Amino acid sequence: MSTTYLIKNASVLGGDPQDLLLRDGIIADAGSLGPVPGTVVIDAGGLIALPGLVDLHTHLREPGREDAETVDTGTRAAALGGFTAVHAMANTDPVADTAGVVEQVWRLGREAGHCDVFPVGAVTVGLKGERLAELGAMADSAARVRVFSDDGKCVSDANLMRRALEYVKAFDGVVAQHAQEPRLTEGAQMNEGELSGLLGLAGWPAVAEEAIIARDILLAAHTKSRLHVCHVSTAGSVELIRWAKSKGHPVTAEVTPHHLILTEDLAKSYDPIYKVNPPLRSAADVQALREGLADGTIDAVATDHAPHPQEDKDCEWAAAAMGMLGLETALSVVQQTMVDSGLMGWADVADRMSVRPAAIGQVDDRHGRPLAIGEPANVVLVDPKAKRTVDRTALASLSQNTPYQGMELPGAVVATFLRGTATVLDGKLA
Amino acid sequence: MPAIPQGARPVLDEADISRALTRIAHEILERAKGAEDVMLLGIPTRGTFLADRLAARIADVEGTTVPVGSLDVTMYRDDLRLKPARALERTEIPDEGVDGRLIVLVDDVLYSGRTIRAALDALNDLGRPRAVQLAVLVDRGHRELPIRADYVGKNLPTSQRETVLVRLREHDGVQHDAVYLGIESETAI
Amino acid sequence: MKRHLLSTADLSRDDAVLILDTAEEIARLAARPIKKLPTLRGRTVVNLFFEDSTRTRTSFEVAAKRLSADVINFSAKGSSVSKGESLKDTALTLEAMGADAVVVRHSASGAAYRLATAGWSSSHVVNAGDGTHEHPTQALLDAFTMRRHLGGFEERRVTVVGDVLHSRVARSNVHLLATLGARVTLAAPPTLLPVGVESWPCDVSYDLDAAIPGSDAIMMLRVQRERMNGGFFPTQREYSRRYGLDAQRMAKLPDKAIVMHPGPMVRGMEISAAVADSDRSVIVEQVANGVSVRMAVLYLLLSGSESAIGSDEGQAQNQHQNTEPKGAAA
Repeated sequence: MSTTYLIKNASVLGGDPQDLLLRDGIIADAGSLGPVPGTVVIDAGGLIALPGLVDLHTHLREPGREDAETVDTGTRAAALGGFTAVHAMANTDPVADTAGVVEQVWRLGREAGHCDVFPVGAVTVGLKGERLAELGAMADSAARVRVFSDDGKCVSDANLMRRALEYVKAFDGVVAQHAQEPRLTEGAQMNEGELSGLLGLAGWPAVAEEAIIARDILLAAHTKSRLHVCHVSTAGSVELIRWAKSKGHPVTAEVTPHHLILTEDLAKSYDPIYKVNPPLRSAADVQALREGLADGTIDAVATDHAPHPQEDKDCEWAAAAMGMLGLETALSVVQQTMVDSGLMGWADVADRMSVRPAAIGQVDDRHGRPLAIGEPANVVLVDPKAKRTVDRTALASLSQNTPYQGMELPGAVVATFLRGTATVLDGKLA
Repeated sequence: MPAIPQGARPVLDEADISRALTRIAHEILERAKGAEDVMLLGIPTRGTFLADRLAARIADVEGTTVPVGSLDVTMYRDDLRLKPARALERTEIPDEGVDGRLIVLVDDVLYSGRTIRAALDALNDLGRPRAVQLAVLVDRGHRELPIRADYVGKNLPTSQRETVLVRLREHDGVQHDAVYLGIESETAI
Repeated sequence: MKRHLLSTADLSRDDAVLILDTAEEIARLAARPIKKLPTLRGRTVVNLFFEDSTRTRTSFEVAAKRLSADVINFSAKGSSVSKGESLKDTALTLEAMGADAVVVRHSASGAAYRLATAGWSSSHVVNAGDGTHEHPTQALLDAFTMRRHLGGFEERRVTVVGDVLHSRVARSNVHLLATLGARVTLAAPPTLLPVGVESWPCDVSYDLDAAIPGSDAIMMLRVQRERMNGGFFPTQREYSRRYGLDAQRMAKLPDKAIVMHPGPMVRGMEISAAVADSDRSVIVEQVANGVSVRMAVLYLLLSGSESAIGSDEGQAQNQHQNTEPKGAAA
């Protein structure tokens, strides 16, 4: 018999305070509720209630790089960040390009129990960009894969991309593209611009992202299949996606928290903690991304949580791995850049971090639901007044490569509920 | 650095300095029995100007020109690590070279003797003089090494808390040469 | 506190002039029978070379030894990229050995900066070339050579020709010469100029012939043969024809202009043999001046209780103050 929770006076999506009764995995009652016997009462006065967050882009590293992260540690981090579902990227070792691997990841997620883990399947065998992986087998597996991505690698072959888009229509899948023209980014280290020239670091030009996005939008329109653009990072990309949506093309896009707050200037330190792919861009790009997220051009915030062991960051820039942690800081970054700045309200946060990502990932029957009677009890309680200083040693992730070390960020996840079960209480893993 | 430091009292005026240098010039010639193999090497910065003045006086007295140069001792100092890294001064050894000559080192103030120790080391790397002598405008005592001057313009008893300040027309932008005895807080020479 | 020499961009005009003046005094000592100075006795200078460079390493070695420092040559072939010992572990090793200064050459841009700021080592760091970023002592010896020949920097025009994109020498020279007051023109095919070069403190020209008549000094950069495969220019012949310095072009230089090259030269590519060996060429002199300039740098960084030149160790901190993008709603 699982615990019943009575959440008192939570501001649902930032609105008026109300009570939520979580029982038997669903929101059993809501509104202004009297005492309910046999419940654990949570005083949520001053807290925001959001549907459990859904991450479209998480690297859990298992199997293969259990020294960086495991499904267990990664999902702990997710729960602490307010997530009830994560999509685990396919670039594991072995690559998640068969039903066997995706089922293993899915099962590990179920066993860990901190949040739902939806494996992303590779588009091509071994992420090599040569031939399609068994997308249908992964779709039909117990993991029910609907999102396919070669993330980290771009499906740069136009014909292969076309075929992938066409093929996933059979099971209403979506191809999530890591948009990076490979020839334009050989050896690329940071955003190409004035600063890369001065620092002597090989540039990663915006056009390398935008050229692929433009092509893929046209392919999606042509094939009438769903394209999702991973971690959009440039102002030009936002423009392209805005255009695609204005034409009614079936395109969605995500932005990472770090691209909403950090700029390329950080590369001046040559500290690879700021090395990420796509790279940190200019302040103008950051501004365009915020505006694109606010006006809905960009559908979702996705963390691109990318754990790396210390030694892969404790080195010279060129030798370092690309990527940064994100799960445990995502909501705070979004609060600072989007909510506290007045660009979005909490209902918009729920939309971009739960509702729409759930829809893109085809898990919107279980996640990203309204906080209403009869809906699954996937809920996160956030204290928007809290301040916290990021301490990398205190993170649940196995790795410590957060770019926010020592930064003070607003907001704190107080509790997370997955189908009525608390995964986080009082800001700690339950 | 102010031309005439506050709270400092003059101990030598222009005439005193001039007389002292003239006397030293005579003493050098007397000891060296003429100016034949004498070479004057001033220790920058003020020692260089004093060496030039001595050379001029020797020329007046003897009618011969003695070679004059400068010897920077910075790279040979034993207190480099106690102070911020400093700029080098000019070393200018006359074409005749130091080998076999009577070298007279010229400095403004003789104090601990460490500068002269450094100068002897520097000189050693330049060649092998016949002999080395030392001329100073002021000897203020408090030696920390077994070094003494051969020619002294003025013996000036001082406390270690005092500072001796030499001001020369060529270097310090003053109207008249002078030596002052300053108080503790004044910048050391 | 100043501790390192990582980039010429960190040098103030006073710093740069102090280095050149000090090198000038040191050069005067080079003719003495005993060339060694006792200044850095008991100090240990490590030459940490992750890339082969006999010329630069030897120059630093001679410089350190002439100042009586103990010199350890630590050639770490194969950086962490190839899974050899990592930069960090190497730094920790040198720290344990008590290195006072580390002269580092590395194929990765920023390696020297990283060594100085990552907290792995308390040594002074001298950048002896990091990737395609900077090579400050090369620029200093170039400036030293120019000052000797041109008398100064004000109103002097220096043309730097060739592969600016991949050249650490070009970057260091542009910063330093601009600081010293010279006017620099970069002459190169557009493919060999970095993005954003318009904002550098220099002029840019695609036309070498237009730049030549006004040049007081012309510096030819090496063009590595592998760049040809990268498609940066069509053929060696076309490159030489448009951007090479041959006798005909040299004849159009002003009378007292000098020809420079940081070496190693590719004769017949960016510079013809006749030009390299001409009396305009100060290339051999550049090498000799390298020792004096490096002695000056080591002296000014290491001899005192604090360095007289260079960059601040604390610079890399406070990064987070810049994280809020300009123009963004707060």
